[in-house]
Amino acid sequence: MTAPSYTRADFQTDQEVRWCPGCGDYTILASVQMFLAGLGRPREEFVFVSGIGCSSRFPYYMNTYGMHSIHGRAPAIATGLATARPDLSVWVITGDGDGLSIGGNHLIHALRRNVNLKIILFNNQIYGLTKGQYSPTSEVGKSTKSSPFGSVDFPFNPVSLALGAEATFVARTLDMDRNHTQEMLEKAYEHEGSAFIEVYQNCNVFNDKAFIQLTGKDERVHNRIDLEHGKPIVFDEGSKAVVLRGGEAEVVDSSSVDPKAILVHDESRPDPSVAFALSRLSHGPYGPTPLGIFRNVKRDAYDISVNAQVEAAREKLGPGDLNKLIRSHGTWTVSPSSPNGSTKGSSNGGSSD
Amino acid sequence: MADEIATTDPSTTPTEELDQLVIRFAGDSGDGMQLAGSRFTDASALFGNDLATLPSFPAEIRAPAGTLPGVSSFQVQIADFDILTAGDAPDCLVAMNPAALMKNFADLRQGGTLIVNTDAFDERNLAKAGYETNPLEDESLQGYRVIKVPMDELTKEAVKETGVTGRNVLRSKNFFALGLMAWLFHRPTQPTIEWVEKKFSKLPEVAAANKAAFQAGYTFGVATEATKNTFEVKPAALEEGTYTNVNGNTALAWGLIAASQKANLPLFYGTYPITPASDILHELSRHKNFGVRTFQAEDEIAGVGSAIGAAFAGNLAVTASSGPGIALKSESISLCFMLELPMIVINVQRGGPSTGLPTKPEQSDLLFSLYGRHGESPIPVLAIATPSEAFMTAIEAARIAIRYMTPVLLLSDNQIANGSEPWLLPDVDAIAPIEVSFATKANGPDGTFLPYMRNIDTFARPWAVPGTPGLEHRIGGLEKESVSGNVSYDPVNHQLMTDTRAWKVANIANDVPHLEVDGDEDADILVLGWGSTFGSIRAAARKVRLDGRKVATTHLRHLNPLPNNLGDVLRSYEKILIPEMNTGQLLKVIRAEFLIDAVGLNKVAGEPFKVTEITDKIMEMIK
Repeated sequence: MTAPSYTRADFQTDQEVRWCPGCGDYTILASVQMFLAGLGRPREEFVFVSGIGCSSRFPYYMNTYGMHSIHGRAPAIATGLATARPDLSVWVITGDGDGLSIGGNHLIHALRRNVNLKIILFNNQIYGLTKGQYSPTSEVGKSTKSSPFGSVDFPFNPVSLALGAEATFVARTLDMDRNHTQEMLEKAYEHEGSAFIEVYQNCNVFNDKAFIQLTGKDERVHNRIDLEHGKPIVFDEGSKAVVLRGGEAEVVDSSSVDPKAILVHDESRPDPSVAFALSRLSHGPYGPTPLGIFRNVKRDAYDISVNAQVEAAREKLGPGDLNKLIRSHGTWTVSPSSPNGSTKGSSNGGSSD
Repeated sequence: MADEIATTDPSTTPTEELDQLVIRFAGDSGDGMQLAGSRFTDASALFGNDLATLPSFPAEIRAPAGTLPGVSSFQVQIADFDILTAGDAPDCLVAMNPAALMKNFADLRQGGTLIVNTDAFDERNLAKAGYETNPLEDESLQGYRVIKVPMDELTKEAVKETGVTGRNVLRSKNFFALGLMAWLFHRPTQPTIEWVEKKFSKLPEVAAANKAAFQAGYTFGVATEATKNTFEVKPAALEEGTYTNVNGNTALAWGLIAASQKANLPLFYGTYPITPASDILHELSRHKNFGVRTFQAEDEIAGVGSAIGAAFAGNLAVTASSGPGIALKSESISLCFMLELPMIVINVQRGGPSTGLPTKPEQSDLLFSLYGRHGESPIPVLAIATPSEAFMTAIEAARIAIRYMTPVLLLSDNQIANGSEPWLLPDVDAIAPIEVSFATKANGPDGTFLPYMRNIDTFARPWAVPGTPGLEHRIGGLEKESVSGNVSYDPVNHQLMTDTRAWKVANIANDVPHLEVDGDEDADILVLGWGSTFGSIRAAARKVRLDGRKVATTHLRHLNPLPNNLGDVLRSYEKILIPEMNTGQLLKVIRAEFLIDAVGLNKVAGEPFKVTEITDKIMEMIK
C-alpha cells in the first residue's frame, strides 16, 4: 500500500485568512501545512485546538478537525481530547498572552503531565488582537497603550518556563525560517508526550522587528545559536562558543578555550538543568539566543498511562457489570411471603460511607 | 470470629415496639460518628426498615477537639412504614462529649433517651462546650431517660487484649456506642461484624479492637439492664423487590456509569476536588473497568475544559463541582452551549455565597443555573429530589444532552449527596438505550460537511467526531453561520442562531413528562417544590391530611424547560406554596413565567426543613 500523498492545499480551508498583511502567522501557517502535507497522514487524524488571540484563529484555516475555544483554556480542552482519544494527533495553538498569561496554569500542568499534545506558542511579545498592550513576554520598559511610561513587569522566558515545568520536549524556532520550523514540527510530532515549541513571531503592526537581532541580515550571524544534538555549541561562524561554568552557560571566544571545554549539546540529558542554563543565555531575543531543541527526553505520556489503567482494570476485574455494581453495597429483598412483608438480606460487606 | 459476638439478649429487659424512631449520634469530628451512624443505618437497612439519613459535619477535618465547631453528627430515622425524611427531632441522642450535648440537646424529643460518655465530661471539656456546671450532675437533664456510660474506660478495658496501643485504643469508642445502640434498639449485629472484618482485613488488630468494643457495648446493655426497656422497630412493608441503601453521590456516580453503558460511550469525568461533590470522583475512579476515565484537573476551568474536549472526541463528558466551582466553569459552559456539544455539569449545591457553608445543604444556585452565564445561553436544568433518584436523573441528563447536543446542568445538594435511603433496585436491563448517531457521511452538496445543519425534529446539529474521514470541520466560540458553521458576524444570522439555540432548548419541554400531582386534587392549596425538599414536603402533606385537611403537592425535576402542563397545574389551585432552601428563587421564576401570586417559605439555615415548619405554613395558609 502506498502512502497517500498530500499537498499544502489539502490542508487549506476555504476561509479567508484574516491576519494583518505581513504578519508572521502566515509563515507559520504555511510551515505547518507544508509539514503536514509532507507527513502523509490523513487529515482526519489531526485536531488543532486554540484559545483566543491572533494566533488562535489558526484552526479556522486548517482543513483538519479544530476548535477555537476560550482564552487560555486550549491545553485543558486538548488534554480531555487527547486522553479520550489517544489515536488522534492533537495540536494546541497559543500565544504569549493566551498561553502564558490567562492560560499559564493549564500550560504548565499539561507539560508536567506530559499529555500527548504538540503545543506551538506564537510569541510576538505583545497583545495583538486587543490592539497593542504589553504581554507577559514584553521586555521591561516597553512603552505600549497600557504602559505609556514603560512596562515594569518582568517577563517570562517561555523556554525556561517550560523546562521548569519539566516538559519532555522543548524547542524554539523563528517564524520566517520555514525549514527550521518544519524540522522542529517533525521532531515534536515524533515525540511521545507533550512537545512545546516557542516560535518567535513578528507582529509587524504592534511590535515590528522585535526579533531583528535573530532575523536581520547583519545581526543574525552574530546572535543565532543553533543547538544541534551531539555537537559542540558554536556560532558566529565558529568564532563564539558556549561553555558551562559553575552550572551556568556562558558565551566565550572560541579561541580562548580548549575545544574540549566547549559544551556538547545533549538534548536527551535526563536532568533539565543544562537545558535550563542554555535557556538563560538570553532572556529574550536580545543578543546571542539559542534556537532548536533544548530538551527531548522520554517519560510516560499521560493519556497512554490513563488508558493503560483502564485496560488493566478491565483485565483484572472484567468488563463492568451494572447489575453487580448497584448491588455492591449489600442488598435485602422484600417479598410478600415474608413476615411483615420483608426478608432479611445479606450484607456483602460493602459500605455506604 | 463473628460468632463470638453475643447477638441475643439474655436479660429480662422488656421490649417496646415502635413504628418509627429517630437516632442521632453526636461527638467530636475525630470520634467516628459518621461511621457509627452509617453502620447503624446499614444494619437497619439490611433488617428491612425504611430509613432516611442526615449526616452533618464541620467543614474542618479536625476542628479543635472538644469544641462546639468540632461537633459532627449523624441522624437516621428508621420506620416500619415508608418514611420521607430523617426526622425532625431525635428520640435518642448519643453524646460523646459535652460539646456534642450542648449542640444537640435542644433537638432531643421531650422525654427522649440520652446516652452520654461520662468520661468526656471533665472540667476542661465542660468549659470548652460552655457549661458552667456539669449537666450530668445538675437538673438540666431532668425529664429525659439518661444512660450514663464511662465509655473511655470501658473501651480501654475491652480492647486491652487486642494489641492496639496509644491513640488507637480510644478510636474504637464509636463501636462501643454502636454496640450499646444495637442492644437498645435490637439491631442485627452480623452486618457490622462482617463490615469490620472486611474493612480492616489488613489491620487485624484494629478489626479485633472494633469488634471487642462493639461486643462490650452490647454486653454493657445486657449486663446492666441499662434501661427499663429496649425498643424494636419491625421491618417496613416496602414494595416488593431488592433494595440497597444508597446516598446521592454514589447513586449519581452509578447513574453516570449506567448512562455511559446505555449510550455505549466511554465516560469521561473531568473535575477538581470540592466538597460536597468529591465523592462522585472517588466513586467513579474506582470503576475504570467500565471504561471510565477520571481526570483530576488543575482547576475547575480545566475540569470543564477537559470535558468539552472529551465531548468533541465523542465521549459521554461530565464535569462536577459545587457553587463556587460552577461559577468558574460558567464561561466554558457557554462555550459548550455555543459549540452545541453534549456535556453534563453537576452542581452539588452547598451554603453560599463564596465558600459559605461547604458541608451544609442549600438550594441557592437555582437562578444561577438558569441565568448565570454571559450572553443568551439557556441550557436545560434538571434537579434531583432524593438520593436514590440521582441514578435515573443522571441517565435522563445524558439522554437530553446527547439527543439535543447541549450541555445540561444537573442540580443536587449536600443533603442528597450525603443522605441515604433504601433504593428499590431498578431492572437495569430494561432501561432504554440512549441513541447516539455519530455523523459518518457528508451532509452537504458536493460531499461537503455542514456541521450546523440541524435535525428536523430536535434541531440538534450532527456530532462528527475527529477521526472520521471527510468530515473535518472547525467549531468555535465565535458566532457561526447557520448550516455551514463558518464564522459569521452577520446581524440577521446572529438573531437566527440565538433564536435557534433558545428554541432548541425550549422544545425539550415536549420531551419532558407532564408534572404529576400527589394528594388531594380538590385541595385549595398546592405545595410546589424542587430538589431535596421533596421528603419534607411530602411528609408535611401527610401530616396535614392526618389532621383531616386537604393538600396537594407536586415536585419539579425539570427546571428548564419547565413541564408543559405546569401552568395548568398551578392555575388549578387557589393557593400555591413554594418551600425552598433559598430566599425565593423558584418563587421568582413562577411569578415571572406564570404571573401567579405564589407564596414562599424560605430557609437558609444550613439544614433541611423540619416537617413541622412546612406543616405550620400550610395550616396557616388554609386556616
